[in-house]
Amino acid sequence: MPLSYYLILSAIMFLIGILGVLLRRNPLIMFMSLELMFNAANLAFVAFAAYHQALSGQLFVFFVMTVAAAEVAVGLALMVAIFRTRHTIDVDELSMLQG
Amino acid sequence: MTAETLFPLVPWVVLIPLAGILINLLAGRALGERGVGLVASLAALGSFAVSVLLAVGLAQQPEGQSLLLARWMSIGSLNVDWAFRVDTLSVTMMLVVSGVGTLIHIYSIGYMHDDTRHNGDPARFRRFFLYLNLFIAAMMVLVSADNYLMMFVGWEGVGLCSYLLIGFWFEKGEAGLGNARAAKKAFVVNRIGDLGFLIAMFTMFWAFGSLSFGEVLPRAAEAAPAVLLAITLFFLLAVTGKSAQLPLFTWLPDAMAGPTPVSALIHAATMVTAGVYLVARSLPIFAAAPAAQSAVLWVGALTALFAATIAVAQTDIKRVLAFSTISQLGFMVAAVGMGAVVAGMFHLITHAFFKALLFLGAGSVILGMERGHERHAQAHDGHHGGFDPQDMRFMGGLRSRMPVTFWVYLIGGLALAGVAPLSGFFSKDEILAAAEQVSPAVFVVLLIAALLTAFYVARQLALVFFGQGRSEAARAATESSPVITVPLGILAALAAVGGALNLPGSHLLGDWLHHTVEPLVEAGFNPLTAGIALVIALAGLGLGWLLYGRSPLTRAEEPDPLAVRLKGLFTWLRRKWYVDEIYNALFVTPYTRLSQMLAGPVDQGLIDGVVNGAGGMARLLGNLGRSLQNGYVRSYALIMLVGVALIFTFLLAR
Repeated sequence: MPLSYYLILSAIMFLIGILGVLLRRNPLIMFMSLELMFNAANLAFVAFAAYHQALSGQLFVFFVMTVAAAEVAVGLALMVAIFRTRHTIDVDELSMLQG
Repeated sequence: MTAETLFPLVPWVVLIPLAGILINLLAGRALGERGVGLVASLAALGSFAVSVLLAVGLAQQPEGQSLLLARWMSIGSLNVDWAFRVDTLSVTMMLVVSGVGTLIHIYSIGYMHDDTRHNGDPARFRRFFLYLNLFIAAMMVLVSADNYLMMFVGWEGVGLCSYLLIGFWFEKGEAGLGNARAAKKAFVVNRIGDLGFLIAMFTMFWAFGSLSFGEVLPRAAEAAPAVLLAITLFFLLAVTGKSAQLPLFTWLPDAMAGPTPVSALIHAATMVTAGVYLVARSLPIFAAAPAAQSAVLWVGALTALFAATIAVAQTDIKRVLAFSTISQLGFMVAAVGMGAVVAGMFHLITHAFFKALLFLGAGSVILGMERGHERHAQAHDGHHGGFDPQDMRFMGGLRSRMPVTFWVYLIGGLALAGVAPLSGFFSKDEILAAAEQVSPAVFVVLLIAALLTAFYVARQLALVFFGQGRSEAARAATESSPVITVPLGILAALAAVGGALNLPGSHLLGDWLHHTVEPLVEAGFNPLTAGIALVIALAGLGLGWLLYGRSPLTRAEEPDPLAVRLKGLFTWLRRKWYVDEIYNALFVTPYTRLSQMLAGPVDQGLIDGVVNGAGGMARLLGNLGRSLQNGYVRSYALIMLVGVALIFTFLLAR
């Protein structure tokens, strides 16, 4: 299959991720959308790695996955803490930090 | 003791009063009223003792010496030191200041004890003596300085003390502001004169490269005539401010708002004579500028006449003395303006004696009236208000109620009028004799002033002490305590025999001062002039007696006999020729208007507008940025996305 198929799929996944983050108010869904964007990037990395026959792209994917895991851990912990104090995790309710 | 061991004592004339201040400041509360008064009086006495020792030293080494205490500043070619000058002129001033000052300190213990109670704040007793000692220290700096800048330090110091003491009861007076206003007026008017002093000093440094007496005075004639004229005329401005001469005399009558010992010490005997001392000290400069000399002469002579005319119509016992002081200062300034330094200094000394005596006597009268008022008020369920213990119209008959005060006041008054053989006769006669040699016109002006002087003395004596009491307070007045009458007695003795300092024939003071300043006019005793002066004095007294003494007023409401005869003119005299009103219209009101214009439209409108406008602009921008920071995380994400998209578009399109 040509490289462009992978890249188009990657772009579609990224767009879905962006729309998810922008439109959804539930942080869990927003995290899933974030993951979608990460994986869109990962897909692009491995597609280019296969195309160029270079390992560095695959190497980066592992880094991204590690960072994403850590990020999700911190994010979920934050959400638990926020829910305990505010009894809601709707991101539009969490707008106290404003000018 | 030799001069070499005595002269180095000179810094102590300043340091002892400062020590008095320190003790009273730190321990005054514990010392109590008597302790504070004692410490302050001893400080003044110590200063006097040092002055006497210096005089003893000068008797052995009359050319004197200048003593360096410390370097003050050295900038480029400007070298100014804290240096003291011990010579016959400065020590004479020291003796007068500390001698009369000591007596007034002692008197103040008694006077302020009563005064602080009449005014309802006994705790202010200590503050009064702190100011008084500070004044002695500042005045000593003024007279003992060896250069003009140090003299200026003292000059400003006495001005400050004058301000503080005029406003001693700063919350009293007309509408609760009268005294504060009087103090402010004195301060501001004096600043005008001080500006003259400063400019004179700048010019002097520019012309001579030095401010020290020892360097400038011997080279006085070297400078260009125009420069000398500038220096001397600006010094004359300083003199008119400090010594209350035309046209800056208006502050002195208002300065009577201060407690009476202050009027005696600062506004009669010592501070106001600083201008006379300045001219006497700078005589070589004035001698080199004849035009300035005649300016000084005429300022003095006209002031002497002008103030005397006002004095005849005043009703406030202290205001009469205030205008009399201005008039007598006019005599002194005229004398030093002529170059008759000995005559001027002689009159300065005798005037210090008899005018301090008159003021302190007036203080005793005021206290007596206050006591009479209180006694009467107690007896009749107290009706207060509307009582002015200084108004001579409510006095009368105090001769029998206050005999000691009467006799000393009589001596002081006759000395002021110039009746032989009291001190004022000899000193005034020397001035008149000098004027006769220099300018007949000035001689006539001064003679008229002398006539008016004798007249207002007679008027005051008659109104205060003769006839019958014209108020309950005057009928119930009582004599003052010994702490007040003893200094009065000493001053009366000095006022009576002070003429012995420079009797015709002996010329004690003349020979003494010759070691320091060479008078331009030798005012010998002239029997004819003396005779004329005596006749004039007696005529003035007689005239006053005819009007006021022969048929004394019986009620306070009766019109002044002089007012009946002079009609409209009397109102002009009583209102001081409307000088205050003229100055208000010419200077004060426009200045206030200008200030209000600057404060209102300019400061609050323009300046504040610019500053507030800058602030408003920042706030507007801040609000704009604030609306971006709305707290919704999703809108931040959108902004980030748009931003990233824009950056990428830019990078790609480049």
